Amino acid sequence: MSTSTEERSDTRTRHLGDTESLGTWAILRRGLTLSPELGRGFSITLALALVATLGQVLVPIAVQQTTDKGILAAGGPDVGLVLRLVIVVGLAVLLTSVASYAVNLRLFRSSESGLATLRIKGFRQIHDLSMLTQNAERRGSLVSRVTSDVDQISKFVQSSGLTLIISSAQILIATALMLFYSPELTGVVWVCFVPLFLLLRKFQARIGRAYLAVRERVGDMLGAVSESVVGATTIRAYGVEDRTAERIDVAVEAHRRAAITAQVRTVSAFVSGQVVAGVTTIAALGVGTILAAHGRLTIGELVAFLFLVNLFTQPVQTATENLNELQNAVAGWRRVIGLIDTPADVPDPGEGGVDLPPGPVRVQLQDVGFAYPGGAAVLHDIDLDITPGSRVAIVGETGSGKTTIGKLLTRLMDPLTGSVLLSGVDVRRIRFSSLRSRVVLVPQEGFLFDASLLENVRFARPGVSEDEVLLAFATLGLGDWLDGLPGGLATAVGQRGESLSAGERQLVALVRAYLTEPDLLLLDEATSAVDPATEVRIQRALERLAAGRTSIAIAHRLSTAEAADEVVVVDRGRIVQRGAHEELVADKGSVYARMHASWSAQSS
Amino acid sequence: MPAPVAPSTARAFGPALRIIGVGFRREPRPLAVAVLGSFVYGVMTVFTARVIGHLVGTIVTPAVRVHQITSAQIWTIVWELGIVVLLNAIGVVCRRVGAGMAYYNLIAHYRRQVTRQYLRLPLAWHHRHPSGQLLSNANADVEATWSIFQPLPLALGVVVMLVVGVVEMLRIDVWLALIGVLVFPTLFAVNAVFRSKMSPRATRAQQLRGEVSEVAHESIEAALVVKAMGREEQETERFAERTNELRGAAIEVGRVMGIFEPVIDAIPTFGTLAVLAVGTARVQAGDLSAADVVQVAYLFALLAFPVRSFGWVLAGLPVTLVGWTRIDNVLSAQGSMAYGDRALPADGSGALSMRAVDFSYEGGGTSDLSSKDSASVGGAQVLHGVDLDLAGGSLTAVVGPTGSGKSTLTNVALRLVDPDSGEVLVDDVRLADVRRHGIPAAATLVSQETFLFDDTVRGNVTLGGPYDDADVDRALRIAQARDFVDALTDGLDTRVGERGATLSGGQRQRIALARAVIRSPHLLVLDDATSAVDPTVEVAILDGLRAEAQRRGSRSTTLVVAYRLSTISLADTVVYVERGRVVDTGTHAELMDRCAPYARIVSAYADDAQDRADAKAAAGQDVQPVDAR
Repeated sequence: MSTSTEERSDTRTRHLGDTESLGTWAILRRGLTLSPELGRGFSITLALALVATLGQVLVPIAVQQTTDKGILAAGGPDVGLVLRLVIVVGLAVLLTSVASYAVNLRLFRSSESGLATLRIKGFRQIHDLSMLTQNAERRGSLVSRVTSDVDQISKFVQSSGLTLIISSAQILIATALMLFYSPELTGVVWVCFVPLFLLLRKFQARIGRAYLAVRERVGDMLGAVSESVVGATTIRAYGVEDRTAERIDVAVEAHRRAAITAQVRTVSAFVSGQVVAGVTTIAALGVGTILAAHGRLTIGELVAFLFLVNLFTQPVQTATENLNELQNAVAGWRRVIGLIDTPADVPDPGEGGVDLPPGPVRVQLQDVGFAYPGGAAVLHDIDLDITPGSRVAIVGETGSGKTTIGKLLTRLMDPLTGSVLLSGVDVRRIRFSSLRSRVVLVPQEGFLFDASLLENVRFARPGVSEDEVLLAFATLGLGDWLDGLPGGLATAVGQRGESLSAGERQLVALVRAYLTEPDLLLLDEATSAVDPATEVRIQRALERLAAGRTSIAIAHRLSTAEAADEVVVVDRGRIVQRGAHEELVADKGSVYARMHASWSAQSS
Repeated sequence: MPAPVAPSTARAFGPALRIIGVGFRREPRPLAVAVLGSFVYGVMTVFTARVIGHLVGTIVTPAVRVHQITSAQIWTIVWELGIVVLLNAIGVVCRRVGAGMAYYNLIAHYRRQVTRQYLRLPLAWHHRHPSGQLLSNANADVEATWSIFQPLPLALGVVVMLVVGVVEMLRIDVWLALIGVLVFPTLFAVNAVFRSKMSPRATRAQQLRGEVSEVAHESIEAALVVKAMGREEQETERFAERTNELRGAAIEVGRVMGIFEPVIDAIPTFGTLAVLAVGTARVQAGDLSAADVVQVAYLFALLAFPVRSFGWVLAGLPVTLVGWTRIDNVLSAQGSMAYGDRALPADGSGALSMRAVDFSYEGGGTSDLSSKDSASVGGAQVLHGVDLDLAGGSLTAVVGPTGSGKSTLTNVALRLVDPDSGEVLVDDVRLADVRRHGIPAAATLVSQETFLFDDTVRGNVTLGGPYDDADVDRALRIAQARDFVDALTDGLDTRVGERGATLSGGQRQRIALARAVIRSPHLLVLDDATSAVDPTVEVAILDGLRAEAQRRGSRSTTLVVAYRLSTISLADTVVYVERGRVVDTGTHAELMDRCAPYARIVSAYADDAQDRADAKAAAGQDVQPVDAR
């Protein structure tokens, strides 16, 4: 792992796409294809939403009718008519309420189902991405693509999206009714609002920028806060609590300022809308009175019109707030789609592939070259043929490229040139289901889940019995260590295995590998933090396991090399020596002889 | 207000009010502006209806009657309504900006408080709490606690609005006011019922959202292992299970919302219709004018929406309470390390002694922030009666099997954790008596797991200490980090990224080593600090450390956890540890002689090599042809 990360420092590109090129409509269309549930029955939902919206205009109509035909009726107030009217409108309101319930439920159902599908697709895609792509991203940003980004979309679809639809419908219906009552006044209303519509675009952009800044500051702040938790030991060992606190303060303050700026901009947009709405009401009342004075409008119509203005301005204002959510949702959607549409550059051949032929695995590398994206070549023309059933050690200094060879063999990455063959089959043609069950890599840091020891071991072979697990520990000579744990196999290992030491975590990873009984076992510095006696014991046990199987060990402890059938020495991306340990040591002045000399100086 | 408040909300009510009080005391000015603004907004919203009613009555109706309107009348409309609109807008600005400032000031303040506490609390406390939970406490819990201040000023303004509104209706007509008195409390009650049905469902959805996120986090951090073992399908199922649960929970939220939203919308509508019917009858009786009826109807339309803010506040109360409980448990967490007032001698040599040190990690795994922190008992004892004596200026190696308590020993040596019993002394001063920051000034640890700050290389080495570039350079050279640092794009000014992500494990270890070296500590503790470094580089580092020690007159003490013979052979004393006990202490030669498990560990490689050579020799003599050696 140490070498891989060293090489990773050359890795600058190969980020996920965020589909910048796609416009908002294209994103929405693509989003609908990925979550078909969203589109299903949408026309019915939309129709119901329109019915629900009609409920909103019933009140102004009732007010107008009451005023003109009820209260101001020719023969004095007509209570009977108003009662009939009130009952009819009341029933209509009930109907629209039912429609509104149906809309809500349908929207929640379709959006939650659609977005659950999107989440799962995205999650699966993250695991299907090549290791290189995964490493090029911050883990947190990958996680957010299937969590907060999707939440953003669901928030939008369920509330703002519906609000936007209803608002638009309301604006249209209100306009239609206003036109019916008075085309002149409708003109006045629109003239007042056109400048606002134009201004809103500008506001939108400013608000969008402000929220972008807030999101960035949140990231910085969380990073700074996490140092006080993750770096707890180092901070205390060096007594730098105050310095860390200052760093946090700076990040927290930057976030506070950015958030307040965003809030002020949002409020100013909202209040502008409110002032325009007020001005519109004034204009409508003023002009309306003139029109009424000239007999072009009844008082009831004028009053109804004022209600309609309210009905018109309210959605315009809510729409401005919800357009923000739309932007956020589209940005979230963009990121999830960017993730899902990133081609997996190390794809599973799936149905079209073949299974790895049974029996011990022969490993061949032919003219293999590799460079990390944006970096210089780290492997040049590697040719290697490993006999089935043999034990091979790959050694070399940090940065020599030995770990890269391991990653190519297990197809965590594909070579740039040349090919890797397992038992004569190009590894790119082998189905993952076959490859991953028979070719197992044990990395330096075997990740442990926040669960019991037993569950962590079972990760490698679900359903394996407790007895088998105990036997595996005993066979690897780890029975004593296991007995020393407070809860035995039931011991909780904590987040990321935090409750165990680095060496102990490696022991668990080795038990996992042992239980999978692979035909090709690749250990990449898998025992680097384990004490020598335990390491030797494990090595012996693995050798017994590996009898008749192929095993490759990548290590800087040369004890591994001494025990191997064959040693492959890698130096600056090339294989410089091959052969049995004794032969290579005998070659005075060779890379291996030099490495061995410094190793011996350390270990004896 | 007598309303069927939900039990959870009811229980949350009193404590939540106290938390709101805390917020008001902390941010009095912005909150005062927000509340006053909201009052203005509340009054002006009612006045909008009043002014419109007034204008319809005094200007529009007469104008229609005489078919004539003067410009003075038009101006009356403009300025009367204009003032109301303007004051209303000012009220909204004050309310929203004030509330926003109070909210963001509060969360910034409490984020600082919570992280101060993280920095102050001892490591033992950190061991009890999963890091994910601590991060979300400083983030989500702080936001949850104070988010109540976003709708709260609005709700207070609405109270004023309702009072003024009802007074207004009373002024017009008792019967119409009666409808208002019926409608608005009903609205409030329905809201309360709604929230009580909603809260548990919303909480459950929120909890599942957290779980989905946790699974995603863990699984994605484990990406390499998942890939290497071909467990993508299994992991996707694990994620899908939680995601589908979340979907179900969210749909339940939608169902409740779907029922209540239309009901809450419909109630004021029915109120308006009632006003029309009753109003017509009152006009017929000659007690009211058309304008009066219109005004009350308009008032209903205006008041309907803001009344919802009560619902938001009610929904926020339990959330506030839960968030505050978690923050408060961090802020009130006890068990800080007590410091003395002594300093370690400036000319000390770092002599380290331990007397009968016992240490246990607390049992019961991790504890949740929602419950009061309890330092649980009965965990695994890791160190048993450890006695240790490191003479000033000596180099001591600690050797022991994996999981034998070596790292814990190094933590106790620097008082990163306190022993259960026994004492630790450096230069004859009990570490418990040393003042805060007194230990790091004289003693330094380079731990097995390196931590780098998201800072420059220079910042990571100096940590803000008074060192110049020459010092940094020298430290980097001793740590064998000089060459790769020079090769970085910005040299010493290169930012290393989150936790040093842009560097390899070996590079991070060397920077951490330089960080220790630059401090010229009297006591240097290295816990397998070169595990990710090549053997050749490691030899160079050890040589550098030795040269540095000589340069400074060799008056510093080193404790090193090691397996490599090259390191051990440099040591004056070797301590062999097994299962948390010091089994033997002596020189390497003595231990090789009399401590069999020590000899087994140290010579494991050599023995193994020997065994294999023997086996090969035996196989060579074997007449049987052996395949592939």
